Amino acid sequence: MAHLLTMNGLLQLVAYFLILAIFYIPIGNYMANVFSGKNTVLSPIFKPIEKSIYNLLSINPEKGMNWREYAITLLAFSFAGFVLLYLILLFQGLLPFNPQKFAGLSPHLAFNTAVSFITNTNWQSYGGESTLSYFSQMAGLCTQNFVSAAVGLSVLIALIRGLRGVETSDIGNFWADVTRANLYILLPLSLIVAILLGLSGVIQNFQNYLEITTLEGAKQTIAMGPVASQEAIKMLGTNGGGFFNVNSAHPFENPTPISNFIEVVSILLIPVALCQTYGVMVNDKKQGLAIIAAMVLIFAPLLIFCVTQEQAGNHVLTTLNIDQSVNSLQAGGNMEGKETRFGIVNSALWASATTAASNGSVNAMHDSFTPLGGLVPMVLMMFGEVVFGGVGSGLYGMLHFVIMTVFIAGLMVGRTPEYLGKKIQSYEMKMASLAVLVPSLFVLIGVSIALMTKAGQAGIFNNGAQGFSEVLYAFTSAANNNGSAFAGLGANSPFYNTLLGVCMLAGRYWIIIPTLALAGSLAGKKHIPISAGTLPTHTPLFVGILIGVIILVGVLTYAPSLALGPVVEHLHMIKE
Amino acid sequence: MNNIAKTTLKSFGLMLIFTAILGGIYPTITSLLLEGFAKPQSIGSLIKAKDGSILGSSLIGQNFEEPKYLWGRLSATSTPYDAAASSGSNLGVNNPVLLENAKARIQNLKKYKNDESAKIPVDLVTASGSGLDPEISPSAAYYQIPRIAKARGIDEASVKAIIDKSTKKRTLNLLGESRVNVLKVNLRLDGKID
Repeated sequence: MAHLLTMNGLLQLVAYFLILAIFYIPIGNYMANVFSGKNTVLSPIFKPIEKSIYNLLSINPEKGMNWREYAITLLAFSFAGFVLLYLILLFQGLLPFNPQKFAGLSPHLAFNTAVSFITNTNWQSYGGESTLSYFSQMAGLCTQNFVSAAVGLSVLIALIRGLRGVETSDIGNFWADVTRANLYILLPLSLIVAILLGLSGVIQNFQNYLEITTLEGAKQTIAMGPVASQEAIKMLGTNGGGFFNVNSAHPFENPTPISNFIEVVSILLIPVALCQTYGVMVNDKKQGLAIIAAMVLIFAPLLIFCVTQEQAGNHVLTTLNIDQSVNSLQAGGNMEGKETRFGIVNSALWASATTAASNGSVNAMHDSFTPLGGLVPMVLMMFGEVVFGGVGSGLYGMLHFVIMTVFIAGLMVGRTPEYLGKKIQSYEMKMASLAVLVPSLFVLIGVSIALMTKAGQAGIFNNGAQGFSEVLYAFTSAANNNGSAFAGLGANSPFYNTLLGVCMLAGRYWIIIPTLALAGSLAGKKHIPISAGTLPTHTPLFVGILIGVIILVGVLTYAPSLALGPVVEHLHMIKE
Repeated sequence: MNNIAKTTLKSFGLMLIFTAILGGIYPTITSLLLEGFAKPQSIGSLIKAKDGSILGSSLIGQNFEEPKYLWGRLSATSTPYDAAASSGSNLGVNNPVLLENAKARIQNLKKYKNDESAKIPVDLVTASGSGLDPEISPSAAYYQIPRIAKARGIDEASVKAIIDKSTKKRTLNLLGESRVNVLKVNLRLDGKID
């Protein structure tokens, strides 16, 4: 083990967790203040803008909504986002800022991309620099990067209000939540990160693609664009859709170890800090700490396993006279699909963080990971994107598991299931089960359809078990709104664009609606005082059971398919 | 019904406002700030010759096949190092094509190297994620010193000095990996930059 995780590797990982820990309290508290409607340092700038938005649209931000109104407003808002983005992509050829004269997208690709971005999935069926104009990237994708993350935040906050509310139907005002999330949280953070990225070498311009002659005399066309601004929100909003085809492996999206560190921190920054926001808003910070503890305890071992598997290298190459060892002059390991500046540790860290959060960006090609190294990102998605998860969506997904755990643990010890003073009854369990099971259903059915049809089989790039993994990965990624890929899969076909689009919609809204229903139901309940019969939900014991439930649900659902894909591929690799 | 129509109308209104702020004003402000503070980076960290002509970008790799130049990573773009359509190989570990590609590169390397026993650094026989990786590991650069020195008729020490000059260490001795900028080495070998 020791030679597979070097001292430097370990220190890089420690530095990563340390930075996230430093931001946990300040950013968490700040977000809690924003959503409680308190004044913050940025209020003088954004309050006037916020007010004029409400005036312009005659919105009353104080007016509470019940869960049905909240859900309908949210769906209408997402629908508007879909229509606008779909039209922008379809008619890209007629719109400005299109120096490369790209034509409009095909209807199925425009559908897939629009769904992908409104659901915060950011699956890349499109090719970035070879498909999209600067206008589509900015007005279309960049906007949805913000807005879809803000929707996730709003749902989480509505659920928290449900937990806090006492015999009320009011879970907040969607217009106000989504506006505040955008203006006070996502916009300022993105601006800071974009500037830092720009200083470290990420490009930001509106120039034509650059034509040069290489030193050996060949022609090279270099893609340009406003990348830094989009890169920042792509990471912070757990979006992950790249400006370029190869996403953050591209040297213009992610040029240096510093830019890489900023970006990979940005992936988990908000999902991690939201646990503190949660603790503050439910008046019990230990509840937030318990959840973050469960997340870290699932994440850290998988991360280290991924690093060691990639560092161990490709067994097949050992038949040749190749040096895959790690030393002071080279990263070694399985370098296919990885960039020199990131090496093994930063590629494995990114792969784990991006799939733990529902980010889905990549800085190395997951399809070329070792079978067991590539199993880690797949498993992290299969846990339902609740280990950190998407902005907002990760934590509300996790709260469904918490409710399930409260119920199961309550049954085991014969105590009345209750959480934060709210009785957990059959309605809550139904909603939690829906939210937990719907994505798995779409993954497994989607994979089956793809494997049984010619159109599905046609997209497979690598043969054998790896080909199966490509399909499994695609549906896991879509239905859990992650967006990363085993990118060998040729997914830009009417079949995959449509089917994956449907999975993305289901994985988003069939969780959001039960979540809001749960919020509504909880808000209507009485608050029961803590008694001797209450199961505490901040103890190591509870954290342990919670982890157990998450792993049980994930592994039991997917063990057979994991055996058919990565495990067979691994056995195949080591047999030679 | 009337209510839903109103909500939908408001939704489109709010979405348009967000498009203006987040998809218009925000990227514009970012552009203006970066043009002020980081102009060279914002347009792609270009390398210019002494006469001012553009030789390339220090971040975007170029394809090198001549023996007198340092070679970079394999590139899986449709023609190698196509910076208008980045791509990785996406080959799985067991894919025979991956092995073929590695063997082809080994054959090219061996053509110019007498010492058969030296192990070849893995990053020399594998494709990068972007297909545009501007760098290789120091170990992969050192491996090529004898070939370059012989092709140019210069001594190995001066090639090594240029490689070392074009090497970046881990940031703060901690982050990322040590790496050699291939284009800069070759421009220095040709005397086009200092």
